[in-house]
Amino acid sequence: MSAPKQPIQSHILSVLVDNEPGILARVVGMFSGRGYNIESLTVAEVSDAAHLSRITVVTSGPANVIEQIKAQLGRLVPVHRVHDLTVEGPHVARELALIKVAGTGEKRVESLRIADIFRARAVDSTIESFVFELTGTPEKISAFIELMKPLGLVDVSRTGVVAISRGAQAM
Amino acid sequence: MQSGKQAAPAEQMSGAELVIKALIDQGVEVIFGYPGGAVLPIYDALFKQNAIRHVLVRHEQGAVHAAEGYARSTGKPGVVLVTSGPGATNAVTGLTDALLDSIPVICLTGQVATHLIGSDAFQECDTTGITRPCTKHNYLVKDVNDLARVVHEAFYVATTGRPGPVVIDLPKDIQVAQGPYTGPANVKHKTYRPRVDGDEAKIKEAVALMAAAERPIFYTGGGIINAGPRASELLRELVKLTGFPITNTLMGLGAYPGTDKQFLGMLGMHGTWEANHAMHDCDVMIAIGARFDDRITGRLNAFSPGSKKIHVDIDPSSHNKTVRCDLNIVGDACKVLEQMIAAWKQGGYKPNRKALDAWWQQIDQWRARDCLKYKTDPKIIKPQQAIQRLYELTKDRDTFITTEVGQHQMWAAQFYKFDKPNRWMTSGGLGTMGYGLPAAVGVQIGNPGKLVVDIAGEASILMNIQELGTAAQYRLPVKVFILNNEYMGMVRQWQELLHGGRYSQSYSEALPDFVKLAEAFHCVGLRCTDPADLDGVIKEMIAIDRPVVVDVAVDKTENCFPMVPSGAAHNEMIVAEEGGGDSATVSEEGMALV
Repeated sequence: MSAPKQPIQSHILSVLVDNEPGILARVVGMFSGRGYNIESLTVAEVSDAAHLSRITVVTSGPANVIEQIKAQLGRLVPVHRVHDLTVEGPHVARELALIKVAGTGEKRVESLRIADIFRARAVDSTIESFVFELTGTPEKISAFIELMKPLGLVDVSRTGVVAISRGAQAM
Repeated sequence: MQSGKQAAPAEQMSGAELVIKALIDQGVEVIFGYPGGAVLPIYDALFKQNAIRHVLVRHEQGAVHAAEGYARSTGKPGVVLVTSGPGATNAVTGLTDALLDSIPVICLTGQVATHLIGSDAFQECDTTGITRPCTKHNYLVKDVNDLARVVHEAFYVATTGRPGPVVIDLPKDIQVAQGPYTGPANVKHKTYRPRVDGDEAKIKEAVALMAAAERPIFYTGGGIINAGPRASELLRELVKLTGFPITNTLMGLGAYPGTDKQFLGMLGMHGTWEANHAMHDCDVMIAIGARFDDRITGRLNAFSPGSKKIHVDIDPSSHNKTVRCDLNIVGDACKVLEQMIAAWKQGGYKPNRKALDAWWQQIDQWRARDCLKYKTDPKIIKPQQAIQRLYELTKDRDTFITTEVGQHQMWAAQFYKFDKPNRWMTSGGLGTMGYGLPAAVGVQIGNPGKLVVDIAGEASILMNIQELGTAAQYRLPVKVFILNNEYMGMVRQWQELLHGGRYSQSYSEALPDFVKLAEAFHCVGLRCTDPADLDGVIKEMIAIDRPVVVDVAVDKTENCFPMVPSGAAHNEMIVAEEGGGDSATVSEEGMALV
């Protein structure tokens, strides 16, 4: 008797909030309490003077659930604005990753070659390992990680997506 | 003495005194609370003043329910003061209740000193962490300079937009530190500005839709009550202007006169035959301050399938949450009703008389079903009969009714008719057994001299029975009217209808003697077992100017009908004469629903 299945879409939400204690718990608790997905989440203060933070959250669900997520975010008292970048127009979305690869010989050389193609930088190096720094779309980072697997991938640390609208206007 | 400063320095006082001063400036007259180690400075500040009265409850859950009862019956926010740790955790059920029913409550909780937070100190708990999902907002005050602002902000947040509970957690060192006082006029919230006015274009569209309707219905809820008495007056005006039928949710009873002939009674799981059928068959639904709760809609994909739906709500997250509506208007119910009436008059609209007459004829046929009918018995008191007699004997005075949760609550909603808002206090969203007695205490504090009756069940009342002590201490003549069927009646009813009559743990074994129990609490106990004595006992109860507990022995097997079984549609209701043991009406998916 469930409602007809709607396609699941991934959305990037940009949420401007008061930088006050507990705000992240409030946002994350709302997602878990109401059974919504968080694919990635980043948060940092963006205005020291106004004590504002921006939370970028990537979430997924059918269109009506996304609408409800936005309304529920808007309902939190310290939330200033909620923007759905996925529907609001052109935007830039980027992620940063640090990727540790260990190996010697030809594998080590190959990892460096591929890193060059992806414009990843080696930010740490030992005789038997590299740490690469890579920014780009989540897809690009995932592709790089896939390629590193047979070459001695050890650890991955990703920031999750940060995003901003294109053009001159503020969000 | 400092010289050269233009503005006078803000008045300095202790955190505890700041709190009390801020409460006084917010117009608070009464606090419901319970002292403890972490709030002693505030209790000391309370002791030294006379502007605010403190009501000592017997359990912190009772304090929050009392504040809710006070808020719902007076329209003013309720204020609670409890200590840290168990004081705060005991308040959680009340806070959740207030959140789900959108009741403005400000709850001050004590906390261990800031340097002890996180050390598992005595009576420490993460109050803001625990209450985050069960409050509209909460604060932990870590700097006495923020204290006055936070208290004023809390009142603003609790009472504007969709109201709700707000917790202020106050570490003990903040209560004793000296800080400046700021008055309410100087505090403006940074972000929170709920939208009050409805979008004019949408209002025009809504009114045009209403005028063209052939089978319209108003479906209104607690939002009308929360918007203040004027919203109820405007609702009456609009309903009279249009001639449309109206139904109320459990939370909305009293917003429209229960005795008026355009009123179809309550809708939903235990709503009337006519209200539910009219909802199912309508072509235009005007929902105002109601949130399409699952107790209202029944099976969602069969809910009012052919109607255009207009939804007015102050909370944008209520729109399209469970039911997709055609026209969503964000705004305060009072303001939007005003706009709707103006737009209706301005547009020179007239309802479609001919279609409306046919619609009323159809409704009259549903009404003729007489769905609340029950059989009386010369020997056994029927619970419906007890409430009907209570209504008949109290309707001529301004009576306030609270309830616990269960069958008695639904019978009260069906048989007690409310002609005014703020007279009916019941736990709708959370369904909290034990709500009614402490709520009645709060109602009586806010409405001295008025008749306040808690319609209760024998199981629910035991959940907060200790509040009889509060009633006795403050000489609050609340009446506890227990419909005693020796069962958790609604559990028993579902077990009968859904679980093959296996009454697992629903019998109220080893009940106390309620008359003696009342007497032990310095209250009056009465008992009624014979239908012939019912009127006499009710009259006696009303006449006694003290708290009274009436133990009414009612039919143990009576079920509450009509009933929309879980997972069924509005037009698949079961009524009394066909009700008994018909488990076939509940689908397998329905069995999984609450």
